[in-house]
Amino acid sequence: MVVMEQEREHPVPPYEPQKLAAPEPRQKAMITINDVDFCYGANQVLYDVNLAIPPRAVTAFIGPSGCGKTTLLRCFNRMNDLIDGAHISAGSIELEGRNINEPDIDVVELRRRVGMVFQKSNPFPKSIYENVAYGLRVLGATKKSQVNEAVEKSLRAAALWDEVKDRLDSSAYGLSGGQQQRLCIARALAVEPEVVLMDEPCSALDPIATAKVEELIYQLRENFTIVIVTHNMQQAGRCSNYTAFFYLGRLIEFGATSKIFSNPSERQTEDYITGRFG
Amino acid sequence: MSIRARQRIAQTSSFWIFRLATYAILAAATYIFLDIGIRGGQTLFTNHAPFVNVPFFTQRPQTLFVFEYQGQKYTLSDSEFRVWKTQHSGEVEASTVAYSAGGVWPCIVGTALLVIGSMIFALTVGICSAIYLSEYSHNSRFIRLIRIAILNLAGVPSIVFGLFGFGLFVIFLHWNVSLLSGWFTLGLMILPAIITASEESLRAVPNGLREGSLALGATKWQTVRKNVLPYALPGILTSSILGISRVAGETAPIMFTAAYALRDEMPWQVQRWTDFVFQGVMALPYHIYVVSSKIPQNEYTERMQYGAACILLLLVFVIALASILLREKARKRLSW
Repeated sequence: MVVMEQEREHPVPPYEPQKLAAPEPRQKAMITINDVDFCYGANQVLYDVNLAIPPRAVTAFIGPSGCGKTTLLRCFNRMNDLIDGAHISAGSIELEGRNINEPDIDVVELRRRVGMVFQKSNPFPKSIYENVAYGLRVLGATKKSQVNEAVEKSLRAAALWDEVKDRLDSSAYGLSGGQQQRLCIARALAVEPEVVLMDEPCSALDPIATAKVEELIYQLRENFTIVIVTHNMQQAGRCSNYTAFFYLGRLIEFGATSKIFSNPSERQTEDYITGRFG
Repeated sequence: MSIRARQRIAQTSSFWIFRLATYAILAAATYIFLDIGIRGGQTLFTNHAPFVNVPFFTQRPQTLFVFEYQGQKYTLSDSEFRVWKTQHSGEVEASTVAYSAGGVWPCIVGTALLVIGSMIFALTVGICSAIYLSEYSHNSRFIRLIRIAILNLAGVPSIVFGLFGFGLFVIFLHWNVSLLSGWFTLGLMILPAIITASEESLRAVPNGLREGSLALGATKWQTVRKNVLPYALPGILTSSILGISRVAGETAPIMFTAAYALRDEMPWQVQRWTDFVFQGVMALPYHIYVVSSKIPQNEYTERMQYGAACILLLLVFVIALASILLREKARKRLSW
């Protein structure tokens, strides 16, 4: 399905190596992407991407459909392993200095550290409680009190506790769309990840639910490294600290969100942000 | 004729063709069930208390003795006839009808044993391979070959399975005519249907559930066991219901591998428990076949044929009902 998104809508721009105005290296990067090329079979979708994602901040990936931002996001927890023929053909991705594609990396542990929230909210067909406890159970948590505590903590962190505390045993499918997505966030937070990847988390939500999730993302930034893919420019502006603009598989510009939105250095970025295309 | 009128005729006639084709099924089903039900019901039920023909359910098949004595007509089963002879003197000219007295208890037991054993085998192997095909395998040439093999196996006539089981299990493996040979023959026969249907139900589970589980740090097996298989189980059980009726009703695969025309001992009357799986059994479909094809037909054999057919339908109905209840229970456990 991702492959289908890759249909070219725009001509490939002449590629010139970018001299990016790197953000101030305040801290060591959480995720470092070095010269990454990515292919689905023979179809290359990412070209020479270099990026350092700062810790405890929200980084937004923006860009038109099919520009490779979701693909890059799914590289961080190796979800692309599930797609036949998908592979990084050059370069490396490091999580706190460790290459995550080395053979001795435990993918299960990597995915515990790098949580993910999907575009289409996917609560499990279980009770609200069991949804949040799922990650803890697969990691081997058995003590009832421990699980209870973690479930409450995660639901509070996802700003959902007050809405569901009286019906933890009812089906997660009874929740509204926005609540379901926040439940998915709570579920991801329950296993105490360091990074949370969000793939267009608000694309199916109404403005009010979106506002709640955005507010939540902004709060979570204090404890987690968050990478969010979004089509919604205002959303990137509202809740991210850094923004990366992708176009046709290349990283065009990366910098502080305020700078990207007020004074982008690239013409393409400006065109996209001002809505001239995309 | 105007175009409008022609369209109207085409419209009406096509509607009636489709409608009648659908109703034809209903007519056929009604006829079959009424025929078996009414004629079999005459054997199964009686017009005096307890209104059920208990001996037919609980006795072994016996030879029927038909004779006249002092102007009165008697129809007695073998055992009754022996008792009668000790009480009455004189010679009687009795005509005998094989298998037409007594009941079908050993056949019911045999069919139940065959169904249970072969379904356990087929469901275990079928679900395992369906999980492999749907969750683990990649789309390689070898896997495509396996799928073609499954499709072809599904189209093999059941008599060919019977011959295959006879050659492999009965002769080559020296299992003789036994429950074990029957279980494997019947199990292999419905395996393709079980695999295909189970794989369908596994694939019907939304991919988001798999990704969501894996993204939380669950292993592949944890994901399948906790977040895929439980939701596919109702569908798998539905498919196995169909398998049950096929296994219970097939004659060809068991006639060389597992079924006896007549056996005096019940399956549990074995000397050592290890002999249990190596014994042949009587089975309802084979019994119907034997009574209908090997013996000259008359009113007495008809009684046995339709009684046995009716019980076979009832048995399939009961087993199917049980799996439907099981499925509903499995469904309720999930809060969709």
